Amino acid sequence: MSNLPIFDVAGSAMNAQSVRLSTIASNLANADSVSGNPDDVFRAKQPVFRAEGVPGDPSLAGVNVVEVRESDAAPLKRYEPGHPLADAQGYVYAPAVDPVAQMVDLISASRSYQANVEVFNSAKELALATLNMGR
Amino acid sequence: MSDFLGIHGTALALREQRLQLLSANMANADTPGFQAQDLDFTSALQAALQPNAAAGDAIDGAVQGARFARPSSQPSLDGNTVDGEREHALFAQAALEYRASLNFVESKVRTMLTAITGQ
Repeated sequence: MSNLPIFDVAGSAMNAQSVRLSTIASNLANADSVSGNPDDVFRAKQPVFRAEGVPGDPSLAGVNVVEVRESDAAPLKRYEPGHPLADAQGYVYAPAVDPVAQMVDLISASRSYQANVEVFNSAKELALATLNMGR
Repeated sequence: MSDFLGIHGTALALREQRLQLLSANMANADTPGFQAQDLDFTSALQAALQPNAAAGDAIDGAVQGARFARPSSQPSLDGNTVDGEREHALFAQAALEYRASLNFVESKVRTMLTAITGQ
C-alpha cells in the first residue's frame, strides 16, 4: 500500500458522518425550542455531501461536507395563550423538526460511521501485515 | 525482482487498488448521485502484465482501463448506486483476496531468503 489513500477515504467519510450526527443531535435538542416570532424559530439543519477526490489520489472519491443547509419548512404554529413566549394573538411557533425522521437519519448515520470504522480497521490490518512481510 | 515475484506482485498491487475503490463506495454510501465503482480484476491483471506496458504506469493504466460503474440492484431516489450490504460483502472478500496475494508474495520472499542465507 503506497501512500495509503484508503485512510483518507475512510477518514473523510467518518468526518462527514460525524457532522451529520452532530446536526441531528442539534435538531433533536432544539425540537422544543419555541418562539413567539416565526422568524426567530430554530430551523432544522442538514449537511450536504459531495464526492471529492482525496489528496493522495484525485481519482478516488472521498466525502466532503459542502455546506450545512437550513430547512425552509414553515414553523409549526400552535395556539398556547398561556405560554410565556406567546405573541399577541396567543400563538407560539415551534421548529418543523420531525423526531421520527431525525431518528431514522441518526440510525443511518451511525451505521455508515461504523461501516467506515470497519473499513479503516481492515485497511490498517492489511497495511501492517504488508509491512511485516518477511519478518 | 518483479520477474521473481511473478504474477503475485502485480496481483497484490491491483488488489490494493480494488480495496481503495470499494472503500470509496462505502464512504460515499450517503452521497447523492454517487456511482459505485468497481475493478474488473481479470482484465486489469491482463493489461498490467502486457509486456509493452510502461514500467511505472502499468498498474495505473490497467486500473483506469478496467474501472467500471457498477449498477445497483436497488437504485435509490437520489441517484446513488451504492448497495450497503453488497459493498460490505465485496470489501470483506477483497480483503481476503489481498491477504491471499500477500501470502503468495511472502512465501516467494521467504524462499529467496532461504536461498540467500542457505539456512
